[in-house]
This record gives sequence, C-alpha cells and structure tokens, in this order.
Amino acid sequence: MNMDEHTQHIETLKPPATQGVVPWMKENLFSTWFNTLLTGLAIVFLYVILKGILTWVFTEANWQVIPANLQLFTVGTYPRAEIWRVWCILTLLSALVGISAGIWRGLTFRVSVGIACVLLCLAVLPFELTTRAGFLGCALLMAAAFSLIHFTKQWHPGSQLRHWILGTWVLSFPVMMVTLHGFGENAVPTTNWGGLLLTLILAVVGIVLCFPLGVLLAIGRRSSLPAIKWASTVYIETIRGVPLITILFMANLIIPIFLPDVELDKVLRAMMGITFFSAAYMAENVRGGLQSIPRGQYEAAQAVGLNYRKTMQYIVLPQALRSVIPTIVGQFIALFKDTSLVTIIGLLDLLGIARGVMSNPDWLGLQAEIYLFAAGIYFTFCYAMSYISRQIEAALGVDTD
Amino acid sequence: MDETKNGTAEHIAQTQKIPFWRDVRVLRVLFQVLFLGGIVLLAALLYTNMLRGLDKLGVTLDVAFWNEDNFLQNEAGFAISEGIRYTPADSYMRAFWVGVVNTLKVSVIGIACATLLGLFAGVTRLSKNWLISNIAAAYVECFRNIPLLLQILFWYAIIRKLPRVRESLDFFGGVFINQRGIYLPAPQPTSGLKMWGIFLGIGLIIAVILYIVRWRQLQQMELPGFRAKWALPAFLAVAVLGWFLTQPTPLTLDLPVLQRFNFEGGMSLSAEFAALLIGLVVYTGAFIAEIVRAGIQAVAKGQREAAKSVGLNDAQTLRLVVLPQAIPIIVPPVTSQYLNLAKNSSLAIAVGFPDLFSIGETMMNQTGQSIPVFGLIMASYLIMSLTTSAAMNWYNQRLHINRTGR
Repeated sequence: MNMDEHTQHIETLKPPATQGVVPWMKENLFSTWFNTLLTGLAIVFLYVILKGILTWVFTEANWQVIPANLQLFTVGTYPRAEIWRVWCILTLLSALVGISAGIWRGLTFRVSVGIACVLLCLAVLPFELTTRAGFLGCALLMAAAFSLIHFTKQWHPGSQLRHWILGTWVLSFPVMMVTLHGFGENAVPTTNWGGLLLTLILAVVGIVLCFPLGVLLAIGRRSSLPAIKWASTVYIETIRGVPLITILFMANLIIPIFLPDVELDKVLRAMMGITFFSAAYMAENVRGGLQSIPRGQYEAAQAVGLNYRKTMQYIVLPQALRSVIPTIVGQFIALFKDTSLVTIIGLLDLLGIARGVMSNPDWLGLQAEIYLFAAGIYFTFCYAMSYISRQIEAALGVDTD
Repeated sequence: MDETKNGTAEHIAQTQKIPFWRDVRVLRVLFQVLFLGGIVLLAALLYTNMLRGLDKLGVTLDVAFWNEDNFLQNEAGFAISEGIRYTPADSYMRAFWVGVVNTLKVSVIGIACATLLGLFAGVTRLSKNWLISNIAAAYVECFRNIPLLLQILFWYAIIRKLPRVRESLDFFGGVFINQRGIYLPAPQPTSGLKMWGIFLGIGLIIAVILYIVRWRQLQQMELPGFRAKWALPAFLAVAVLGWFLTQPTPLTLDLPVLQRFNFEGGMSLSAEFAALLIGLVVYTGAFIAEIVRAGIQAVAKGQREAAKSVGLNDAQTLRLVVLPQAIPIIVPPVTSQYLNLAKNSSLAIAVGFPDLFSIGETMMNQTGQSIPVFGLIMASYLIMSLTTSAAMNWYNQRLHINRTGR
C-alpha cells in the first residue's frame, strides 16, 4: 500500500523544466531566500563597481596615450630604421606556426587560429597603415603555410617532416636573436630592446633554458651520489628561499664583481638571473613528477638492460614530465609575470616602458590608463597560456585533481 | 670434477677481474671527487676574481661582523620613513633591523588578510549561486594573471591620485583616506583595562568549565556537536558585562584628528605600506582561493552525501566531514603561498616602503659593501623560509601520525 503510493507519487511528478531562462534563474539565482538575498547583494555590488569603472573608462579616462605610444609599448626604443628585423622575425614565426599547425593539427591548429585572430585584431588597431598591412600579411602567410602543408599531405611522410620542423624551431631561436642584435655598424644594442618585445624575449629565453637546467637539478637531487645530491639540494633550497629581486640585483651588482674582466650585457645578466631562479622551481616541479614514478618502472628498465641514461630518457622522464605538465605551465606563467621585475633593475620591458611613458611630461597623470593597458597585455598572455595548458591536460588525459 | 670446476671459475674471476675504470664502486667515488673538485676550482676562481673586482672598485671586503669597527656599527646617516624607533644617528645594524621588522610586519598582516580574503573567495567560488560564484571566479582569474609588481604600482598610483590631506575622504568621522595614506582610529588602553582583564579572566575560567562539561556530555551521548556551544556565549556575556561595569571604559578610541599639516593620533598606514599590502593581499588571496576551492572539491561528493544521510546538517557536514579531509590538502600549498607573500614583500622597493631589501639596497649604495650586505639579506630571507618549511614538515609529520595512529 505504502509502496504503491510512493511509486504513484513518483510517476505523477513531472521532470523539472531545465530549459529556458526563468527556470534557470530560479535554480541558479533564487533557489532559497538566502540565495535570493545573495543575488541581490551581488547585483548591487556589481552595479556599484561596474558603474564606477565604466564611467571612468568611457568618460574620464584619456586613452589617447595608448595609440600615441603604441610603438614604444611594442618594441621600446628599437630604432625605426631597423624595425624591419622585427618584421622578419614575425614573418618567420608566422610561417613556422602555420606549418606546425598543418603538421600537428589538433591543439597546435587551434592555438595557431588564436594567434591568427590576434594578428587580425592588431591589423584593425590604430597603427600606421604599413604596420597594419604587415600584421594582415603575417596572418595570411600563416594561413598560406597551413594550407600548403594541409593540401600536400599525401606527398610527404609525416614523421620526417616533423623532425625537420622541430629542428627549425630550435634553430630559429638563435637566428632570431642574431637578427635582432645584428653585427657591426648596424648592431642594435640590447639597451634599445624594450617593450613587449623584451618581455617576450626574456620570458622565452627563461622558459627554454630553465627547463633543461631544472630537469638536471631534479635528477641531481634524486641521485644516489651524495655529493651531487647535496649540491643540487643546497642550490634549489637556497634559490627558493630568497625573492627573485635579490637574484636579479645579484646578477646586476655581484656578477660584475666576480667577473671583472668581462663586460656582460645587462639584458644577458637579467636572463641569467631569471633562468637560474626559475630552474630551482622547475627542479622541484619535476622532482614531484619523478617521485610519482613507481620503483617498478626503474627495475623493469634495468631488467631489460637499459643503463641509467636510457632509463631516464626513455622510461622515467617521459612519464614524470607528462604528469607534471600543469605545474610546469603554471611555472612558465609565473616566469612570464616575473619578467616584469627587471623594471626594478632598470630594464625597459613592457612595465618599464609603461613607467617611462608615464613620466613623459606630455602624458602626466595617466598612470591608471597606462597600467591598465599593460595589465591587459600581461593578462592576455597569461590567460592564453593557462588555457593552452588546460587543453594539453585534456588531450593527454592527465589527472587534474 | 667439482674442484676443477670451482678452480676454473675462480681462475676466470681472477684473470678477468673488472678493471678499475669499469668498476662502479670506483667510478662513483671518482665521479664525485671530480665534481667536488670542479666546484672547488670554480669557487677559487670566483674568489680570486672577486678580490680583483673589489680592488678595481676600490672596496675592501669587510665581513667580520663581530668586530667593533665593522661597517655595520657605523652611523647609518640616512632617514627611514617608517618603522620602529630609529634616527639617522643609529648604526647600520639598527637600520637593517628596522627593515627586518617592517618586512615581518607587512608579511604577518598580509598573510592574515590574504587568508581571510582567500577563504572567502574560495568558498564563494563554490557557491550554488551562479552570480556569486562567477564574481569570485572573475576576481581569481583577473588578479592571478597580472604581475604583482604592476598591481602594487597600480594601487600606489591610485592612492597617490586620492584627494590631498585637507580634502581627505572621510568615513564615519574616524577613518580618513588621502594621498598620504589611510588613517584609522586606534584603541587606547585606560586605567580601567586592568579591571576588565580580571573580568575576562573570570569569564575564561567559566568558559573552560562549561566547555569541559559540554564535551563530556557529548561524549556520553556519543553525538557530534559544537563543544563551545555554552562556553562561547558565557564568555561573551561576562566580557560584555565587565565592559559596562568597569569605570572608566577599558579601551577608548583614539581618533585621528586633522592638525596643521597632517592627521595626528590614531593609527596610520602610509601610502607605500597600503599599496604594498593591498597588492600582496589581493594577489595572494586569489591563489589561496584557488587552493581552498581545489581542496574542498577534492573531498569526494559521496562523503557529503553520506554525511547528509546520517543526519548531519550543513554546518556539521562542513566541520566534521569536509574540512578534516580538505585541510590536509589545503595546508601545504597555502604555506608556500605564505612564503611567497613574505618574499614578494621585497617588491616594496618599487614604491619606496623601507623593507629589509630596500634598506639593504641603500646600505649597499652607501657603504659599497655589496657582498656582505647581500649575505645579510639572503640570510634573513633564508631564515624565514627555512623556519617556515621546518614548521611545515613538523605539521605534516604530525598529521601523518594522527592519521595512521587512529
């Protein structure tokens, strides 16, 4: 009897309406009186904040300063006559990205579409006409490179081309550096590198160099040789115990004392500081991955006769690195943000240039506008990196919890 | 037969003895000796280089901190805008100590505020209310992805754009905000404080007794419950009663009052300190919010459902089921965020707040003794970090023992 009533009751119940705006709002905003109260408070809060911000953005703020100094923000004081070199690099990169998108497809393709969109957005911004044409050209080149690879797929074997492209990526890096710097009379000293260009160079150099160093340190810390183990541990813990700014100051003030005979470039010293600092954090991340590899993997590798190097290279590291991709990308994002600290030692990265523009008598009192613009750029890059990281995680099936 | 076989085996072993250059035991030692030798060689090279470099700069290294005539004992001669008692006539040692105290001050206050903000934002992010959780998510994503230095400079610029002292923003007649900083009322003890202290003591004793009684009662009933359910109101009642019975009132509020040039009385946060603190708190709070959210989400959903099915209410579920499992996950990463906050306080140099790093930098410029001062700065940060890590390890071990012990 009781049972029957129960089932009947269930049968008469209609499934809750999940479609439509009103039921959605009922469920997510006004489910209880407390929730309704919260929603009300949130609306008031949002209204006050957004009203304040939007009024400021559209009526009080003076955004003229951004287009007027756009070139400073992007390349700093890089000489106008030599700016074609930056274009060369951008062209090379666009072609490489397009080709890579054609070969690897999947995530690489989506990332390249994102980059192309950014280029197209840049092409509508108030740059000079030639600059805008340049951005458009880069986007078109990327598309062309992609289609070239995509439509000639059946004629070239995939894996061989992949090695070539990977090699080109690795090689392109020093080539770009040399192109930027140049030789002899036309050389552009690093003191003229600035803006977003310098920020990106510092970040890329840091990321590229700190990774292998970090892996070595992580392996060193887990070594069975006490001398190597202790040296790695002391290095990692010392670096992790002090703020980056001390390392940068050290690179700036102490390295010249220790190397009195060599005149090291200031940007180079900043790169060294950032790299050595991040390597210690990278080592800890990688160590986390190494610890997660069960002992059986090492034993199995030994049983099939692999030596230490091969065990690490083919068995342990691929698994270990894969499991810590999220933390490693997190570290890269932190590194990207940390490059802003070079402002304090007097380099003109994006933030440094921003501060420079602020002190220009023509644009006094526009700190908020300029800082917000710089913040927007940093945010875009960091958010894009974390988005890509999440996509890689999903693609590799790494556990996110 | 056997003997000959053994004989040949031994013979082979003897003749084919592993040469030392392929003997792992020898190689291990050799490799380490080479490695250490390399480090020593490098250190020696750097040391001689350093002597030459210092010579070039015309500085003699003075690392004998224990000597009377060490540079740290000399008169500092520079002014420090805020901190514990100090005059330019004091020694460099004292100046550095002012910096250490300032760093500790901003770190401790920053950690407390960042924890509160992070907990709040983390819990709101898990709210069932769509709007609320998205506001929290926007906060986290926004402030996590912008460099801290930029944020601190931004807040500083905003504070400097506020009205001047004469036109301070006035909140409730006690809190004033202007471009020089934030002025707050400060509690001022009076002669009645002692009397009130006695009341508090009595209240505490009553509270402890009630707590134990309630605890034992709950134990006997074998029920989960809030142990301080009686103790807390009792203590508050005694405290409030005492407050009104004591004459004069134990604490008065010392309000900041606008004098000729600036506000006097009360508590003041300089613009530099405020900018640094706001930057550190908002930035670190976003990271802590993510950690708290991840920690709470890591507790399996079944745990919550099980708690509900045995009749626990929401508060009890959180306190007895979710938090005990979430806290061990949350604590280690949050500690490392605390350490980051303490280290990031060195960005004070960008806005001119005299923390240990920026005072150290001034000392380096004045004395030219960059190497010993660097040693001091690094040692100070290392002591902070290593003590915190040690405490952390101790906590982790204790947690582990507690878990396995049960």
